[in-house]
Amino acid sequence: MRVVLAEDLFLLRDGLVRMLEAFDFEIAAAVETGPELTKALTELRPDVAVVDVRLPPSHTDEGLQCALAARRARPGLPVLVLSQHVEQLYARELLADGNGGVGYLLKDRVFDAEQFIDAVRRVAAGGTAMDPTVIQQLLSRHTTDEPLGALTPREREVLELMAQGRSNAAIAAQLVVTERAIAKHTSNIFAKLGLPVSDDDNRRVLAVLAYLDQGH
Amino acid sequence: MTRLRNTLIAGTRGLYLAIVSLAGSITLFVFSVLSIAFILLGIGVLTTPAVLTAVRKYANLRRVQAGEWSDVHIPVPYRKRPADLRSGVTGQVERCSLLLKDPATWRDLQWLLVDMTAGFVVVIFAPALVLYPVYGWVLALGVWKPIYNAGGGEWYGFIHVNSQMAANGAAALGTALAVLALFVNPAVVRGHFLLARTLLAPTASMRERALAQRVDRLEETRYDAVDTSAAELRRIERDLHDGAQARLVAMGMDLGTIEALVEKDPAKAKEMIAKARQNSGEALTELRDLVRGIHPPVLAERGLGDAVKALALRLPVPTEVDVDLPGRAEEPVEAAAYFAVSEALTNAVKYAEADRVWVDVHHEQGMLRIAVTDNGKGGAVLGAGSGLSGIERRLGTFDGVLAVSSPVGGPTMVTMEIPCELS
Repeated sequence: MRVVLAEDLFLLRDGLVRMLEAFDFEIAAAVETGPELTKALTELRPDVAVVDVRLPPSHTDEGLQCALAARRARPGLPVLVLSQHVEQLYARELLADGNGGVGYLLKDRVFDAEQFIDAVRRVAAGGTAMDPTVIQQLLSRHTTDEPLGALTPREREVLELMAQGRSNAAIAAQLVVTERAIAKHTSNIFAKLGLPVSDDDNRRVLAVLAYLDQGH
Repeated sequence: MTRLRNTLIAGTRGLYLAIVSLAGSITLFVFSVLSIAFILLGIGVLTTPAVLTAVRKYANLRRVQAGEWSDVHIPVPYRKRPADLRSGVTGQVERCSLLLKDPATWRDLQWLLVDMTAGFVVVIFAPALVLYPVYGWVLALGVWKPIYNAGGGEWYGFIHVNSQMAANGAAALGTALAVLALFVNPAVVRGHFLLARTLLAPTASMRERALAQRVDRLEETRYDAVDTSAAELRRIERDLHDGAQARLVAMGMDLGTIEALVEKDPAKAKEMIAKARQNSGEALTELRDLVRGIHPPVLAERGLGDAVKALALRLPVPTEVDVDLPGRAEEPVEAAAYFAVSEALTNAVKYAEADRVWVDVHHEQGMLRIAVTDNGKGGAVLGAGSGLSGIERRLGTFDGVLAVSSPVGGPTMVTMEIPCELS
């Protein structure tokens, strides 16, 4: 799997390259600046891009803007965005096109290599990887209101992991229950929220995220 | 053609000014004098503030017209009225004495006198130079005859109109005056305003006084700024010392222990590695919060508008954000505005217990204006020790102001204004 990596800090870039290579990714390009990233994304056509939000030369949200532009040019281009801070505002912009294949994680998440690599693979496969902080913020706005208030604590837990983009199997493994139990929870959640049931994992996540983000 | 247009416009304005300076100035002057005289009887105390306020409005209108019509800029000289005037009769007495103590009031009254005399005489030339030639031409067209036959020895300027010849002379003189009007009319109106400026503009001592007040204010806000930034630095130092720094020390110690344990007790070493990782994660979280408190990353990346939107998204209550900013303000202004909004939002959620908040951010006429409104229980005050007064001090550094309207029972509206340019 070919990766384009954009990160301006040498230590982090170097570490990410080594980690990705250790998990059998091919580094198509590891760049430092926004313009280089745009060039790499259009010319190298990678399977997935891992992009830092803040890049030179402007040191603003240049990486995010490049990623969004590239996805407009090539809808569904898998992009995993990394940042020192996560903002719902940015998450919303990444999800706005409804195409999936997006990730938005705190840089801290690279500490856990396996989880991080899992997120990269999920995004590359057209799935979603949202930082737990983003999901918690989204959920915290719905603590009391119906119908989210009607979820059991377990269902809420499942919803949280599902919204992060995890598959049923991964959720089952994390909560140490069977996949069938998770399937039952998810169908309950969808029934309570009045969302159409979908077999497609990725569609499912996008529907949940859109649901949580609505009205704000 | 433009010359002709300007002449006619100046003539019309001159006519208007002549009428106003007679009627308006005389009326206001008489009322002012009577009202001030009646202070001895008591009634004057009630009427004087109203009359003098009317005089100020009248004078201000003339100041504005001077700028717009003749490019004569007349600054407003009045002293600022203190915000905490009492209501009722005592307040009225206070207001009256403040107005009478302001030298600008007396200069306004002098101006009324000058305006109704010299001001009128100067400005009447503008319409006269337009209308009088017309009269000359009318005489020359034959109107002189019936007047003369009726026994009226009509004079046009210095010409005694008693024949067609003389009437033609009158027309020629009128034409000359009309040509003169083409050249001097705008200058005549300008002259009227220049005359007004001698009394309506602040004197050197008034300007000095205003400057002195400004210096006092700057000294005060500078002191506040230095004070708050020192306090901020102390807080940051403490946070780093007790937070991230301590965690890094713990991590270093853990790594040392791991090094010693890794061969003897691999299971224990693995456990400690997990702990070290957790420590590093927490150190990062603390640093992130600290950075957010110093300069929020979204603010640096996107500017005030999106930073306020991001802030609203973090609130547990639905918040509507309306931003209309065509550019970005300077960074310190953006930061001050951001923290002001942040404080107002925190108050809305925490103390007012609002379940809906509206934020409006826009820029007009060199002012960044922000309003934060909530439907909570109200009763917020701008007193010492409240977060809002801290914000007021911070905005003061940029000559910004903050106002709070918060009747008990709500709604609360916090408005801020900061003078700044966008780039």
